[in-house]
Amino acid sequence: MLQVILYNVTNGLIIGAFYVLMALGLSLILNLSNVINFAHGNFLALGGYFAFVLTPFVGFWGALLISPLLAGLLGFVVERLLIRRVYRRDPVYSLLLTFGLAFIIQDACRYIWGPNGLPLGIPDALSRPLSPALFFITWYRVFMVAIVIVAVAGLFAFLRHTRVGLRIRAGTLDLETVSTLGVNVRLLRSINFGVGSLLAGLSGVLAAGQIGLNPNMGDDLLMPSFIAIIVGGVGSLTGTLLGGLLIGLAGALTTVVYPAASEAVIYVIMAVVLLIRPRGLLGEEGMMT
Amino acid sequence: MNGAAVVAAIRRPAETRWLPLAALWAVLLAVPLWLPLVGGYTALAGRVLVLGLAAIGFNLLLGFTGVMSFGHAAYFGLGAYGAGLTLRYLAASTPLAMLLGTLLGGVAGTLFGLLIARRRGVYFAMVTIAFGQVCYYIAYSWNDLTGGFDGLRGFRRAPIGLGPLVLDIAGDGPAFYYFLLGVFAAAVALMGLLLRSPLGHSFIAIRENERRARFLGIPVERHIWLSFSISCGFTALAGSLYALLNNFADPLGLHYSLSGEIVIMTVMGGMRTFWGPLLGAAVFVVLQDYISSMTTNWMSFIGLLFVVVVLFFPRGLLGFLPRRGAR
Repeated sequence: MLQVILYNVTNGLIIGAFYVLMALGLSLILNLSNVINFAHGNFLALGGYFAFVLTPFVGFWGALLISPLLAGLLGFVVERLLIRRVYRRDPVYSLLLTFGLAFIIQDACRYIWGPNGLPLGIPDALSRPLSPALFFITWYRVFMVAIVIVAVAGLFAFLRHTRVGLRIRAGTLDLETVSTLGVNVRLLRSINFGVGSLLAGLSGVLAAGQIGLNPNMGDDLLMPSFIAIIVGGVGSLTGTLLGGLLIGLAGALTTVVYPAASEAVIYVIMAVVLLIRPRGLLGEEGMMT
Repeated sequence: MNGAAVVAAIRRPAETRWLPLAALWAVLLAVPLWLPLVGGYTALAGRVLVLGLAAIGFNLLLGFTGVMSFGHAAYFGLGAYGAGLTLRYLAASTPLAMLLGTLLGGVAGTLFGLLIARRRGVYFAMVTIAFGQVCYYIAYSWNDLTGGFDGLRGFRRAPIGLGPLVLDIAGDGPAFYYFLLGVFAAAVALMGLLLRSPLGHSFIAIRENERRARFLGIPVERHIWLSFSISCGFTALAGSLYALLNNFADPLGLHYSLSGEIVIMTVMGGMRTFWGPLLGAAVFVVLQDYISSMTTNWMSFIGLLFVVVVLFFPRGLLGFLPRRGAR
């Protein structure tokens, strides 16, 4: 029994970590540009596929470093070419635009790499279990959580201690004033979109090492990421972090008690939050309402 | 927008251009005559009517109240499942199936609307997407009742008895198309009347200037909730017709992809016009049917259609017509 619980708790942490990475990227873009990026899950898949292509040349570690950067760069370019054209319009247009992009990227992945699953090779050292007693936890799982922690800490340090990060946070609160103070808001939004896509790409590489690659691998993570944002509170990155961990762990722990409800529980959590605290756990009243 | 333009915008739905309207109904009535000549089939026209009804219903909310839901597939799908489950488990009665399907979707929308009427913009959209996925998830996993991923089968639409007359809509002939057209006409007439009523005008007032509407004493939250509920009800009615059309209901009818398709039909046709969504549905359904028969990469083309409409035709096909009163 202890093993079952331990197994599910680690599982929950890992799933929660993925929700957090995805949701933080979505949240960054949503907060600064008021765009729900439907293609976020497809940037995740692209990150994974880039790693698949790069691994033979630069190894797993090189791919882990380069693929997210490529995904981020692609996000930056997509924002420059397409997304920025609809900022001034009704939000329905940005939704439709990213929705169409999601279709195109998914289909492109299927066209280039085929509809079937592909494996991403990981170093042998990482595929071993922790110990004979903990045979069900591989080092790779520990490694994934560690990388996510590093990435999230890095993101928060970036937002707190760099000039660009500071401007992103300020822009979230009042973009117009930031613009009046002489900041290039257009560039800021492109960079921000790039950083969000980079986080998606990183989750893609990590996920590919565990479950392999397929063209719609990001789809299952998209909806829980929305829910992580709603539960945590729109406008608060710390809230998104909390929300992601909460629904990841809740889903995994429900698996112990009643497996059939493990997916339903995150929707129940969302409904409860909407009922008793509509702005989300750490959301500010008036943000995005 | 200046005062005169607002008045013009509010009065527009009350003005009827009779000639185009007569032409539209003539085209719709004659579908079984001309559609086979251009290589179409009547079921395709049925799909256009059903999705067009869903999109017009959705547009009450998006185009006329100015609130964006991105989860209307949920109510469409609930309508389909409601109708399918009624036919399969309760009674072989087509009107009952339509009624219960509409009620299932409409009531679900009404209850959910209570939770979210205060939200706006992208946040409203995000919450409606998430709720839509709840419905998708339930239909997907409640295998015993709904047939799970394979969908709900094992029901057929039943002929309707009207006293001595029997309306035989069970076959594949034009009778069912005319039945769909009749329901479509009734629903569209109801929506047209609604938009001319004081309630409809206050929806448009909320769209044009929410703060001003509030100062004028319009209970904005309650009206948005009403608009959402009514819109969900009409979309659910369309969903129940969809189940009758296919004799089948599947979880993809609840998926957010369909929500996106309903939105693109509406925007492509022209979301500030009453009939735009029907035109959008026609174009979308025909294109999708054509492209998916030509290539396996149809997703790219549909995605491209989204991008092109957003970037180059944001006002939609009917949005380019000259407006009466705009000159």
